[in-house]
Amino acid sequence: MRQSLIPVLTVVVAIITLWYAAAVWLNAPWAYDKAQRAGVELSVSDMVVDTWSQKKPKLPAPHQVTREIWKTTVKKKITSKRSLIYHSWITLSATLLGFALGTALGISLAVGIVYNRTMDMSVMPWVITSQTIPILAVAPMIIVVLNAVGIQGLLPKAIISMYLSFFPVVVGVVKGLRSPDHMQLDQMRTWHASSTQTFWRLRLPSSMPYLFTSLKIAMAAAIVGAIVGELPTGAVAGLGARLLAGSYYGQTIQIWSALLMAAALAATLVALIGLIQRIVLKRMGMAQ
Amino acid sequence: MMWLIAGALIWALGWFVNVRLAALPKSRTTSLLVPLIFGLTLVFIWESVVWGLQIQQVLLPAPSVIAARFAASTSILWQDWVQTVVKGMMSGYIIGCIAAFGMALAVDRFPFLQRGLLPVGNFAAALPVIGMAPILVMWFGFDWHSKAAVVVVMIFFPILVNTVQGLQASDAMQRDLMRTYAAGYWKTLLKLRLPAALPFIFNGLKIATTLALIGAIVAEFFGSPIRGMGFRISTSVGQLALDLVWAEIVVAAITGSAFYGAMALLERKWTFWHPSQRN
Repeated sequence: MRQSLIPVLTVVVAIITLWYAAAVWLNAPWAYDKAQRAGVELSVSDMVVDTWSQKKPKLPAPHQVTREIWKTTVKKKITSKRSLIYHSWITLSATLLGFALGTALGISLAVGIVYNRTMDMSVMPWVITSQTIPILAVAPMIIVVLNAVGIQGLLPKAIISMYLSFFPVVVGVVKGLRSPDHMQLDQMRTWHASSTQTFWRLRLPSSMPYLFTSLKIAMAAAIVGAIVGELPTGAVAGLGARLLAGSYYGQTIQIWSALLMAAALAATLVALIGLIQRIVLKRMGMAQ
Repeated sequence: MMWLIAGALIWALGWFVNVRLAALPKSRTTSLLVPLIFGLTLVFIWESVVWGLQIQQVLLPAPSVIAARFAASTSILWQDWVQTVVKGMMSGYIIGCIAAFGMALAVDRFPFLQRGLLPVGNFAAALPVIGMAPILVMWFGFDWHSKAAVVVVMIFFPILVNTVQGLQASDAMQRDLMRTYAAGYWKTLLKLRLPAALPFIFNGLKIATTLALIGAIVAEFFGSPIRGMGFRISTSVGQLALDLVWAEIVVAAITGSAFYGAMALLERKWTFWHPSQRN
Protein backbone atom coordinates (compact mmCIF):
# COMPACT_ATOMS: atom_id res chain seq x y z
CA MET A 1 0.00 0.00 0.00
CA ARG A 2 2.67 2.44 1.08
CA GLN A 3 4.99 1.64 -1.80
CA SER A 4 2.30 2.49 -4.34
CA LEU A 5 1.53 5.85 -2.72
CA ILE A 6 4.35 7.76 -4.41
CA PRO A 7 3.66 6.42 -7.93
CA VAL A 8 -0.06 7.13 -7.56
CA LEU A 9 0.63 10.65 -6.34
CA THR A 10 3.04 11.18 -9.25
CA VAL A 11 0.40 10.11 -11.73
CA VAL A 12 -2.22 12.33 -10.12
CA VAL A 13 0.14 15.32 -10.15
CA ALA A 14 0.99 14.57 -13.77
CA ILE A 15 -2.72 14.51 -14.65
CA ILE A 16 -3.32 17.87 -12.94
CA THR A 17 -0.29 19.40 -14.67
CA LEU A 18 -1.52 18.09 -18.02
CA TRP A 19 -4.94 19.51 -17.21
CA TYR A 20 -3.52 23.02 -16.63
CA ALA A 21 -1.43 22.78 -19.79
CA ALA A 22 -4.42 21.62 -21.80
CA ALA A 23 -6.45 24.49 -20.38
CA VAL A 24 -3.87 26.96 -21.68
CA TRP A 25 -3.77 25.25 -25.06
CA LEU A 26 -7.54 25.01 -25.52
CA ASN A 27 -8.45 28.43 -24.14
CA ALA A 28 -5.65 30.44 -25.73
CA PRO A 29 -7.45 31.16 -29.05
CA TRP A 30 -10.32 32.84 -27.19
CA ALA A 31 -7.90 34.84 -25.03
CA TYR A 32 -6.06 36.13 -28.13
CA ASP A 33 -9.39 36.84 -29.81
CA LYS A 34 -10.53 38.95 -26.87
CA ALA A 35 -7.21 40.83 -26.73
CA GLN A 36 -7.31 41.56 -30.45
CA ARG A 37 -10.79 43.02 -30.24
CA ALA A 38 -9.76 45.15 -27.27
CA GLY A 39 -6.69 46.22 -29.23
CA VAL A 40 -4.25 45.05 -26.56
CA GLU A 41 -1.02 43.16 -27.13
CA LEU A 42 -1.07 40.07 -24.90
CA SER A 43 2.09 38.95 -23.14
CA VAL A 44 2.53 35.24 -22.51
CA SER A 45 2.02 35.49 -18.76
CA ASP A 46 -1.15 37.56 -19.21
CA MET A 47 -2.41 35.00 -21.70
CA VAL A 48 -1.80 32.14 -19.26
CA VAL A 49 -3.56 33.98 -16.44
CA ASP A 50 -6.48 34.73 -18.74
CA THR A 51 -6.86 31.11 -19.88
CA TRP A 52 -7.16 29.99 -16.27
CA SER A 53 -9.85 32.50 -15.35
CA GLN A 54 -12.24 32.71 -18.30
CA LYS A 55 -15.95 32.65 -17.62
CA LYS A 56 -16.90 30.06 -20.21
CA PRO A 57 -13.62 28.31 -21.00
CA LYS A 58 -13.36 25.33 -23.31
CA LEU A 59 -11.60 23.51 -20.50
CA PRO A 60 -11.86 25.07 -17.04
CA ALA A 61 -8.75 24.90 -14.89
CA PRO A 62 -8.94 22.62 -11.82
CA HIS A 63 -9.05 25.51 -9.36
CA GLN A 64 -12.05 27.04 -11.17
CA VAL A 65 -13.93 23.76 -10.89
CA THR A 66 -12.96 23.37 -7.25
CA ARG A 67 -14.16 26.88 -6.50
CA GLU A 68 -17.46 26.19 -8.27
CA ILE A 69 -17.96 22.98 -6.28
CA TRP A 70 -17.13 24.80 -3.05
CA LYS A 71 -19.55 27.59 -3.95
CA THR A 72 -22.42 25.25 -4.83
CA THR A 73 -22.01 22.79 -1.96
CA VAL A 74 -20.85 24.63 1.13
CA LYS A 75 -22.06 28.15 0.51
CA LYS A 76 -25.53 27.33 -0.83
CA LYS A 77 -28.42 26.14 1.30
CA ILE A 78 -29.09 22.46 0.73
CA THR A 79 -32.70 23.12 -0.26
CA SER A 80 -31.66 25.63 -2.92
CA LYS A 81 -32.08 24.49 -6.51
CA ARG A 82 -28.58 25.70 -7.27
CA SER A 83 -27.01 23.56 -4.60
CA LEU A 84 -25.01 20.68 -5.97
CA ILE A 85 -25.82 18.64 -2.87
CA TYR A 86 -29.52 18.90 -3.69
CA HIS A 87 -28.88 17.59 -7.22
CA SER A 88 -26.56 14.87 -5.96
CA TRP A 89 -29.22 13.74 -3.52
CA ILE A 90 -31.76 13.40 -6.36
CA THR A 91 -29.35 11.27 -8.34
CA LEU A 92 -28.25 9.32 -5.28
CA SER A 93 -31.80 8.37 -4.28
CA ALA A 94 -32.59 7.08 -7.78
CA THR A 95 -29.28 5.21 -7.81
CA LEU A 96 -29.87 3.53 -4.47
CA LEU A 97 -33.45 2.52 -5.28
CA GLY A 98 -32.38 1.12 -8.65
CA PHE A 99 -29.44 -0.65 -7.06
CA ALA A 100 -31.68 -2.27 -4.43
CA LEU A 101 -34.22 -3.37 -7.06
CA GLY A 102 -31.47 -4.64 -9.36
CA THR A 103 -29.78 -6.59 -6.59
CA ALA A 104 -33.07 -8.18 -5.51
CA LEU A 105 -33.94 -9.11 -9.10
CA GLY A 106 -30.43 -10.37 -9.75
CA ILE A 107 -30.28 -12.59 -6.69
CA SER A 108 -33.74 -14.10 -7.25
CA LEU A 109 -32.95 -14.78 -10.92
CA ALA A 110 -29.66 -16.36 -9.92
CA VAL A 111 -31.32 -18.64 -7.36
CA GLY A 112 -33.86 -19.70 -9.99
CA ILE A 113 -31.12 -20.34 -12.53
CA VAL A 114 -29.09 -22.46 -10.13
CA TYR A 115 -32.05 -24.54 -8.93
CA ASN A 116 -34.07 -24.90 -12.14
CA ARG A 117 -32.47 -26.44 -15.20
CA THR A 118 -35.15 -25.19 -17.59
CA MET A 119 -34.70 -21.67 -16.32
CA ASP A 120 -30.94 -21.96 -16.61
CA MET A 121 -31.17 -23.01 -20.23
CA SER A 122 -33.86 -20.55 -21.30
CA VAL A 123 -33.14 -17.42 -19.24
CA MET A 124 -29.35 -17.31 -18.99
CA PRO A 125 -28.66 -16.71 -22.72
CA TRP A 126 -31.20 -13.86 -22.69
CA VAL A 127 -29.67 -12.32 -19.59
CA ILE A 128 -26.40 -12.13 -21.52
CA THR A 129 -28.10 -10.87 -24.68
CA SER A 130 -29.94 -8.22 -22.67
CA GLN A 131 -26.62 -6.54 -21.97
CA THR A 132 -25.63 -6.29 -25.62
CA ILE A 133 -28.72 -4.13 -26.05
CA PRO A 134 -27.70 -0.56 -25.33
CA ILE A 135 -30.36 0.04 -22.66
CA LEU A 136 -29.25 3.62 -22.21
CA ALA A 137 -30.56 4.22 -25.70
CA VAL A 138 -33.98 3.14 -24.48
CA ALA A 139 -33.84 5.37 -21.42
CA PRO A 140 -35.64 8.35 -23.01
CA MET A 141 -38.49 6.10 -24.11
CA ILE A 142 -38.93 4.43 -20.75
CA ILE A 143 -39.08 7.82 -19.06
CA VAL A 144 -41.57 9.26 -21.55
CA VAL A 145 -43.81 6.19 -21.54
CA LEU A 146 -43.90 5.85 -17.76
CA ASN A 147 -44.55 9.56 -17.57
CA ALA A 148 -47.58 9.14 -19.84
CA VAL A 149 -48.91 6.35 -17.63
CA GLY A 150 -48.58 8.65 -14.65
CA ILE A 151 -45.45 7.30 -13.02
CA GLN A 152 -43.00 10.10 -12.42
CA GLY A 153 -40.06 11.07 -10.34
CA LEU A 154 -37.83 8.46 -8.83
CA LEU A 155 -39.12 5.18 -10.22
CA PRO A 156 -38.44 5.57 -13.98
CA LYS A 157 -34.81 6.48 -13.32
CA ALA A 158 -34.53 3.67 -10.81
CA ILE A 159 -35.83 1.20 -13.40
CA ILE A 160 -33.00 2.15 -15.77
CA SER A 161 -30.50 1.76 -12.95
CA MET A 162 -32.06 -1.59 -12.12
CA TYR A 163 -31.70 -2.84 -15.68
CA LEU A 164 -28.03 -1.92 -15.72
CA SER A 165 -27.22 -3.29 -12.30
CA PHE A 166 -29.03 -6.64 -12.26
CA PHE A 167 -26.71 -8.23 -14.82
CA PRO A 168 -23.44 -8.28 -12.88
CA VAL A 169 -25.36 -9.55 -9.84
CA VAL A 170 -26.93 -12.45 -11.76
CA VAL A 171 -23.63 -13.53 -13.27
CA GLY A 172 -21.68 -13.16 -10.03
CA VAL A 173 -24.22 -14.87 -7.79
CA VAL A 174 -24.73 -17.79 -10.20
CA LYS A 175 -20.99 -18.30 -10.20
CA GLY A 176 -20.91 -17.98 -6.41
CA LEU A 177 -23.81 -20.36 -5.73
CA ARG A 178 -22.10 -22.93 -7.92
CA SER A 179 -18.70 -22.43 -6.32
CA PRO A 180 -18.98 -25.15 -3.61
CA ASP A 181 -17.18 -28.19 -4.98
CA HIS A 182 -18.39 -31.78 -5.11
CA MET A 183 -16.69 -32.69 -1.87
CA GLN A 184 -18.60 -30.04 0.08
CA LEU A 185 -21.92 -30.90 -1.57
CA ASP A 186 -21.34 -34.58 -0.80
CA GLN A 187 -20.63 -33.68 2.80
CA MET A 188 -23.99 -31.92 3.01
CA ARG A 189 -25.60 -35.04 1.59
CA THR A 190 -23.98 -37.32 4.16
CA TRP A 191 -25.44 -35.04 6.83
CA HIS A 192 -28.82 -35.59 5.18
CA ALA A 193 -29.27 -31.87 4.62
CA SER A 194 -32.34 -30.77 2.69
CA SER A 195 -31.79 -28.53 -0.32
CA THR A 196 -33.01 -25.52 1.70
CA GLN A 197 -30.39 -26.27 4.33
CA THR A 198 -27.74 -26.72 1.67
CA PHE A 199 -28.72 -23.34 0.28
CA TRP A 200 -28.62 -21.42 3.56
CA ARG A 201 -25.63 -23.16 5.13
CA LEU A 202 -23.37 -23.84 2.16
CA ARG A 203 -24.27 -22.22 -1.14
CA LEU A 204 -25.25 -18.76 0.10
CA PRO A 205 -22.24 -18.26 2.41
CA SER A 206 -19.81 -19.41 -0.26
CA SER A 207 -21.32 -17.01 -2.79
CA MET A 208 -20.54 -13.95 -0.63
CA PRO A 209 -17.15 -12.98 -2.12
CA TYR A 210 -18.63 -13.20 -5.63
CA LEU A 211 -21.68 -11.22 -4.54
CA PHE A 212 -19.67 -8.31 -3.21
CA THR A 213 -17.45 -8.09 -6.29
CA SER A 214 -20.52 -7.89 -8.50
CA LEU A 215 -22.22 -5.42 -6.16
CA LYS A 216 -19.36 -2.99 -6.76
CA ILE A 217 -19.79 -3.23 -10.52
CA ALA A 218 -23.57 -2.99 -10.13
CA MET A 219 -23.28 0.18 -8.08
CA ALA A 220 -21.09 1.89 -10.67
CA ALA A 221 -23.57 0.86 -13.37
CA ALA A 222 -26.53 2.09 -11.31
CA ILE A 223 -25.06 5.59 -11.10
CA VAL A 224 -24.57 5.71 -14.86
CA GLY A 225 -28.19 4.61 -15.28
CA ALA A 226 -29.52 7.29 -12.95
CA ILE A 227 -27.50 10.03 -14.65
CA VAL A 228 -28.57 9.05 -18.16
CA GLY A 229 -32.14 8.62 -16.91
CA GLU A 230 -32.17 12.28 -15.96
CA LEU A 231 -31.25 13.51 -19.42
CA PRO A 232 -34.60 13.21 -21.23
CA THR A 233 -36.81 14.59 -18.45
CA GLY A 234 -36.02 18.08 -19.66
CA ALA A 235 -33.21 18.75 -17.22
CA VAL A 236 -35.30 19.28 -14.10
CA ALA A 237 -33.04 18.09 -11.32
CA GLY A 238 -30.14 15.78 -10.67
CA LEU A 239 -26.54 15.58 -11.80
CA GLY A 240 -27.52 14.42 -15.31
CA ALA A 241 -29.78 17.45 -15.61
CA ARG A 242 -26.87 19.69 -14.57
CA LEU A 243 -24.76 18.11 -17.31
CA LEU A 244 -27.44 18.68 -19.94
CA ALA A 245 -28.24 22.25 -18.82
CA GLY A 246 -24.53 23.02 -18.77
CA SER A 247 -24.08 21.73 -22.30
CA TYR A 248 -27.08 23.75 -23.56
CA TYR A 249 -25.78 27.02 -22.16
CA GLY A 250 -22.07 26.39 -22.62
CA GLN A 251 -21.48 26.48 -18.83
CA THR A 252 -18.41 24.29 -18.90
CA ILE A 253 -17.50 24.93 -15.28
CA GLN A 254 -20.93 23.66 -14.26
CA ILE A 255 -20.52 20.52 -16.40
CA TRP A 256 -17.15 19.74 -14.89
CA SER A 257 -18.32 20.29 -11.34
CA ALA A 258 -21.30 17.99 -11.89
CA LEU A 259 -18.98 15.44 -13.45
CA LEU A 260 -16.52 15.54 -10.55
CA MET A 261 -19.41 15.31 -8.11
CA ALA A 262 -20.70 12.22 -9.90
CA ALA A 263 -17.20 10.73 -9.81
CA ALA A 264 -16.91 11.42 -6.09
CA LEU A 265 -20.34 9.89 -5.50
CA ALA A 266 -19.41 6.75 -7.46
CA ALA A 267 -16.08 6.41 -5.69
CA THR A 268 -17.68 6.84 -2.25
CA LEU A 269 -20.43 4.29 -2.87
CA VAL A 270 -18.04 1.71 -4.31
CA ALA A 271 -15.64 2.25 -1.41
CA LEU A 272 -18.56 1.83 1.00
CA ILE A 273 -19.41 -1.55 -0.48
CA GLY A 274 -15.75 -2.48 -0.26
CA LEU A 275 -15.80 -1.61 3.44
CA ILE A 276 -18.95 -3.69 4.07
CA GLN A 277 -17.32 -6.52 2.14
CA ARG A 278 -14.25 -6.41 4.38
CA ILE A 279 -16.31 -6.43 7.56
CA VAL A 280 -18.73 -9.17 6.46
CA LEU A 281 -16.06 -11.47 5.07
CA LYS A 282 -13.98 -10.99 8.21
CA ARG A 283 -16.89 -11.91 10.46
CA MET A 284 -17.56 -14.95 8.29
CA GLY A 285 -13.93 -15.96 8.54
CA MET A 286 -13.37 -15.62 4.81
CA ALA A 287 -11.05 -12.63 4.72
CA GLN A 288 -7.94 -13.17 2.65
CA MET B 1 -59.83 -11.66 -23.83
CA MET B 2 -59.12 -14.18 -26.57
CA TRP B 3 -55.68 -12.69 -26.96
CA LEU B 4 -54.88 -13.09 -23.29
CA ILE B 5 -56.01 -16.72 -23.24
CA ALA B 6 -53.96 -17.40 -26.36
CA GLY B 7 -50.95 -15.76 -24.72
CA ALA B 8 -51.30 -17.86 -21.57
CA LEU B 9 -51.67 -21.02 -23.67
CA ILE B 10 -48.59 -20.26 -25.74
CA TRP B 11 -46.64 -19.55 -22.57
CA ALA B 12 -47.69 -22.84 -21.02
CA LEU B 13 -46.89 -24.70 -24.23
CA GLY B 14 -43.50 -23.06 -24.64
CA TRP B 15 -42.54 -23.72 -21.02
CA PHE B 16 -43.71 -27.33 -21.26
CA VAL B 17 -41.62 -27.92 -24.40
CA ASN B 18 -38.64 -26.28 -22.73
CA VAL B 19 -38.95 -28.44 -19.62
CA ARG B 20 -38.99 -31.54 -21.81
CA LEU B 21 -36.05 -30.30 -23.89
CA ALA B 22 -34.03 -29.35 -20.82
CA ALA B 23 -34.51 -32.83 -19.40
CA LEU B 24 -32.84 -34.29 -22.48
CA PRO B 25 -29.07 -34.71 -22.42
CA LYS B 26 -27.42 -31.41 -23.23
CA SER B 27 -26.49 -31.05 -26.87
CA ARG B 28 -25.89 -28.26 -29.33
CA THR B 29 -29.48 -28.32 -30.62
CA THR B 30 -31.15 -28.19 -27.21
CA SER B 31 -28.92 -25.42 -25.92
CA LEU B 32 -29.83 -23.37 -28.98
CA LEU B 33 -33.49 -24.35 -29.20
CA VAL B 34 -34.46 -23.74 -25.56
CA PRO B 35 -33.55 -20.05 -25.39
CA LEU B 36 -35.01 -19.55 -28.87
CA ILE B 37 -38.38 -20.95 -27.82
CA PHE B 38 -38.26 -18.89 -24.64
CA GLY B 39 -37.61 -15.71 -26.64
CA LEU B 40 -40.36 -16.44 -29.14
CA THR B 41 -42.94 -17.06 -26.40
CA LEU B 42 -41.95 -13.76 -24.79
CA VAL B 43 -42.52 -11.91 -28.06
CA PHE B 44 -45.87 -13.62 -28.50
CA ILE B 45 -46.94 -12.75 -24.95
CA TRP B 46 -45.99 -9.15 -25.62
CA GLU B 47 -48.14 -9.17 -28.76
CA SER B 48 -51.13 -10.74 -27.02
CA VAL B 49 -50.91 -8.49 -23.97
CA VAL B 50 -50.84 -5.37 -26.15
CA TRP B 51 -53.94 -6.43 -28.10
CA GLY B 52 -55.67 -8.16 -25.20
CA LEU B 53 -55.42 -5.26 -22.76
CA GLN B 54 -55.83 -2.76 -25.60
CA ILE B 55 -52.73 -0.81 -24.70
CA GLN B 56 -52.38 2.27 -26.87
CA GLN B 57 -49.85 1.92 -29.66
CA VAL B 58 -48.39 5.25 -28.58
CA LEU B 59 -47.29 3.72 -25.31
CA LEU B 60 -46.20 0.23 -26.26
CA PRO B 61 -46.35 -0.85 -29.91
CA ALA B 62 -46.96 -4.52 -30.63
CA PRO B 63 -44.06 -6.50 -32.13
CA SER B 64 -45.95 -6.87 -35.42
CA VAL B 65 -46.33 -3.09 -35.69
CA ILE B 66 -42.64 -2.65 -34.96
CA ALA B 67 -41.73 -5.24 -37.59
CA ALA B 68 -43.92 -3.45 -40.15
CA ARG B 69 -42.30 -0.14 -39.30
CA PHE B 70 -38.86 -1.73 -39.54
CA ALA B 71 -39.62 -3.03 -43.03
CA ALA B 72 -41.05 0.30 -44.13
CA SER B 73 -38.17 2.50 -43.01
CA THR B 74 -35.08 0.51 -43.87
CA SER B 75 -33.47 3.45 -45.67
CA ILE B 76 -33.65 5.68 -42.58
CA LEU B 77 -32.39 2.88 -40.38
CA TRP B 78 -29.51 2.15 -42.74
CA GLN B 79 -28.50 5.81 -42.87
CA ASP B 80 -28.57 6.05 -39.07
CA TRP B 81 -26.66 2.82 -38.74
CA VAL B 82 -23.87 4.02 -41.01
CA GLN B 83 -23.61 7.33 -39.14
CA THR B 84 -23.59 5.87 -35.64
CA VAL B 85 -22.05 2.45 -35.97
CA VAL B 86 -19.64 2.65 -38.89
CA LYS B 87 -18.45 6.23 -38.49
CA GLY B 88 -18.83 6.87 -34.77
CA MET B 89 -18.52 3.55 -33.02
CA MET B 90 -16.08 1.61 -35.19
CA SER B 91 -13.53 4.42 -35.57
CA GLY B 92 -13.68 5.09 -31.84
CA TYR B 93 -13.37 1.40 -31.04
CA ILE B 94 -10.28 0.96 -33.20
CA ILE B 95 -8.58 4.13 -31.94
CA GLY B 96 -9.43 3.28 -28.34
CA CYS B 97 -8.13 -0.27 -28.63
CA ILE B 98 -4.84 0.82 -30.17
CA ALA B 99 -4.35 3.60 -27.59
CA ALA B 100 -5.17 1.36 -24.63
CA PHE B 101 -3.00 -1.40 -26.00
CA GLY B 102 0.02 0.86 -26.50
CA MET B 103 -0.47 2.29 -23.03
CA ALA B 104 -0.68 -1.22 -21.59
CA LEU B 105 2.67 -2.14 -23.16
CA ALA B 106 4.24 0.99 -21.66
CA VAL B 107 2.70 0.29 -18.27
CA ASP B 108 3.97 -3.26 -18.42
CA ARG B 109 7.49 -2.11 -19.31
CA PHE B 110 7.79 0.36 -16.43
CA PRO B 111 6.78 -0.95 -12.98
CA PHE B 112 6.58 2.61 -11.70
CA LEU B 113 3.78 3.39 -14.14
CA GLN B 114 2.12 0.14 -13.22
CA ARG B 115 1.97 0.96 -9.54
CA GLY B 116 0.86 4.51 -10.23
CA LEU B 117 -1.46 4.17 -13.18
CA LEU B 118 -3.30 0.95 -12.37
CA PRO B 119 -5.07 2.20 -9.22
CA VAL B 120 -6.03 5.35 -11.12
CA GLY B 121 -7.20 3.20 -14.03
CA ASN B 122 -9.26 0.95 -11.78
CA PHE B 123 -10.78 4.03 -10.20
CA ALA B 124 -11.55 5.57 -13.60
CA ALA B 125 -13.16 2.35 -14.83
CA ALA B 126 -15.81 2.69 -12.10
CA LEU B 127 -16.60 6.30 -12.89
CA PRO B 128 -19.63 7.46 -14.86
CA VAL B 129 -17.43 8.26 -17.87
CA ILE B 130 -20.50 8.79 -20.03
CA GLY B 131 -20.76 12.20 -18.36
CA MET B 132 -17.78 13.28 -20.48
CA ALA B 133 -20.07 13.14 -23.51
CA PRO B 134 -21.33 16.76 -23.42
CA ILE B 135 -17.78 18.07 -23.00
CA LEU B 136 -16.42 16.01 -25.87
CA VAL B 137 -19.33 17.04 -28.09
CA MET B 138 -18.43 20.64 -27.29
CA TRP B 139 -14.78 20.07 -28.22
CA PHE B 140 -15.06 17.96 -31.34
CA GLY B 141 -18.27 19.27 -32.87
CA PHE B 142 -21.57 17.58 -33.65
CA ASP B 143 -20.40 15.12 -36.29
CA TRP B 144 -19.04 11.62 -35.74
CA HIS B 145 -15.66 12.79 -34.43
CA SER B 146 -17.09 13.62 -31.03
CA LYS B 147 -18.88 10.24 -30.89
CA ALA B 148 -15.63 8.45 -31.66
CA ALA B 149 -13.96 10.45 -28.89
CA VAL B 150 -16.64 9.43 -26.38
CA VAL B 151 -16.17 5.79 -27.40
CA VAL B 152 -12.40 6.08 -26.95
CA VAL B 153 -12.78 7.54 -23.46
CA MET B 154 -15.31 4.89 -22.46
CA ILE B 155 -13.38 1.81 -23.59
CA PHE B 156 -9.85 2.96 -22.78
CA PHE B 157 -9.64 1.91 -19.13
CA PRO B 158 -11.43 -1.46 -19.30
CA ILE B 159 -9.10 -2.58 -22.10
CA LEU B 160 -6.03 -1.10 -20.41
CA VAL B 161 -6.71 -2.83 -17.09
CA ASN B 162 -7.45 -6.18 -18.71
CA THR B 163 -4.42 -6.08 -21.01
CA VAL B 164 -2.02 -5.22 -18.21
CA GLN B 165 -3.46 -8.04 -16.15
CA GLY B 166 -3.08 -10.39 -19.10
CA LEU B 167 0.54 -9.45 -19.73
CA GLN B 168 1.31 -10.69 -16.23
CA ALA B 169 -0.43 -14.00 -16.87
CA SER B 170 2.62 -15.94 -18.04
CA ASP B 171 4.42 -17.41 -15.05
CA ALA B 172 8.05 -17.11 -14.06
CA MET B 173 8.93 -20.63 -15.20
CA GLN B 174 7.75 -19.91 -18.74
CA ARG B 175 9.61 -16.61 -18.87
CA ASP B 176 12.75 -18.34 -17.64
CA LEU B 177 12.39 -20.87 -20.42
CA MET B 178 12.26 -18.03 -22.96
CA ARG B 179 15.41 -16.60 -21.40
CA THR B 180 17.22 -19.92 -21.77
CA TYR B 181 16.28 -19.77 -25.44
CA ALA B 182 18.04 -16.36 -25.49
CA ALA B 183 14.85 -14.64 -26.52
CA GLY B 184 14.85 -10.86 -26.10
CA TYR B 185 12.03 -8.65 -24.83
CA TRP B 186 10.19 -8.42 -28.13
CA LYS B 187 10.51 -12.09 -28.95
CA THR B 188 9.26 -13.06 -25.48
CA LEU B 189 6.41 -10.58 -25.90
CA LEU B 190 5.34 -11.92 -29.28
CA LYS B 191 5.82 -15.63 -28.71
CA LEU B 192 4.88 -16.04 -25.06
CA ARG B 193 3.36 -13.10 -23.26
CA LEU B 194 0.90 -11.82 -25.89
CA PRO B 195 -0.58 -15.26 -26.56
CA ALA B 196 -0.85 -15.83 -22.81
CA ALA B 197 -2.55 -12.46 -22.45
CA LEU B 198 -5.13 -13.10 -25.17
CA PRO B 199 -7.92 -14.46 -22.92
CA PHE B 200 -7.71 -11.34 -20.76
CA ILE B 201 -7.49 -9.02 -23.77
CA PHE B 202 -10.56 -10.61 -25.29
CA ASN B 203 -12.39 -10.17 -22.01
CA GLY B 204 -11.66 -6.45 -22.23
CA LEU B 205 -12.58 -6.31 -25.92
CA LYS B 206 -15.93 -7.98 -25.24
CA ILE B 207 -16.80 -5.59 -22.41
CA ALA B 208 -15.80 -2.73 -24.69
CA THR B 209 -18.21 -3.74 -27.49
CA THR B 210 -21.32 -2.87 -25.50
CA LEU B 211 -19.72 0.18 -23.93
CA ALA B 212 -18.78 1.46 -27.39
CA LEU B 213 -22.31 1.13 -28.72
CA ILE B 214 -23.78 2.83 -25.64
CA GLY B 215 -21.23 5.63 -25.87
CA ALA B 216 -21.87 6.30 -29.55
CA ILE B 217 -25.65 6.43 -29.07
CA VAL B 218 -25.76 8.44 -25.85
CA ALA B 219 -23.27 10.99 -27.21
CA GLU B 220 -25.79 11.80 -29.91
CA PHE B 221 -28.30 12.90 -27.26
CA PHE B 222 -26.05 15.91 -26.67
CA GLY B 223 -26.06 17.08 -30.26
CA SER B 224 -25.61 15.45 -33.65
CA PRO B 225 -26.22 15.99 -37.34
CA ILE B 226 -29.76 15.10 -38.44
CA ARG B 227 -29.04 11.41 -38.69
CA GLY B 228 -27.78 8.76 -36.33
CA MET B 229 -29.47 6.27 -34.03
CA GLY B 230 -29.25 8.37 -30.89
CA PHE B 231 -30.59 11.42 -32.72
CA ARG B 232 -33.48 9.39 -34.18
CA ILE B 233 -34.35 7.90 -30.81
CA SER B 234 -34.41 11.20 -28.97
CA THR B 235 -36.40 13.04 -31.66
CA SER B 236 -38.84 10.17 -32.26
CA VAL B 237 -39.56 9.95 -28.54
CA GLY B 238 -40.44 13.64 -28.73
CA GLN B 239 -42.85 12.93 -31.59
CA LEU B 240 -44.23 9.86 -29.79
CA ALA B 241 -43.31 7.73 -32.83
CA LEU B 242 -42.43 4.85 -30.57
CA ASP B 243 -42.59 2.23 -33.31
CA LEU B 244 -39.62 3.91 -35.00
CA VAL B 245 -37.80 4.07 -31.65
CA TRP B 246 -38.33 0.36 -31.17
CA ALA B 247 -37.11 -0.32 -34.71
CA GLU B 248 -33.90 1.57 -33.85
CA ILE B 249 -33.60 -0.44 -30.66
CA VAL B 250 -33.93 -3.66 -32.64
CA VAL B 251 -31.13 -2.46 -34.91
CA ALA B 252 -29.01 -1.56 -31.90
CA ALA B 253 -29.67 -4.92 -30.27
CA ILE B 254 -28.74 -6.82 -33.41
CA THR B 255 -25.61 -4.71 -33.86
CA GLY B 256 -24.57 -5.16 -30.25
CA SER B 257 -25.14 -8.90 -30.27
CA ALA B 258 -23.40 -9.34 -33.63
CA PHE B 259 -20.39 -7.30 -32.51
CA TYR B 260 -20.16 -9.22 -29.26
CA GLY B 261 -20.65 -12.50 -31.09
CA ALA B 262 -17.90 -11.66 -33.57
CA MET B 263 -15.50 -10.97 -30.71
CA ALA B 264 -16.50 -14.21 -28.98
CA LEU B 265 -15.95 -16.13 -32.22
CA LEU B 266 -12.53 -14.58 -32.72
CA GLU B 267 -11.74 -15.45 -29.12
CA ARG B 268 -12.70 -19.07 -29.66
CA LYS B 269 -10.51 -19.21 -32.74
CA TRP B 270 -7.44 -17.62 -31.18
CA THR B 271 -7.59 -18.95 -27.65
CA PHE B 272 -8.74 -22.49 -28.36
CA TRP B 273 -6.07 -23.77 -25.97
CA HIS B 274 -7.49 -22.00 -22.91
CA PRO B 275 -9.43 -24.17 -20.39
CA SER B 276 -12.53 -21.95 -20.61
CA GLN B 277 -12.78 -22.70 -24.35
CA ARG B 278 -12.19 -26.44 -24.12
CA ASN B 279 -15.17 -27.44 -21.97
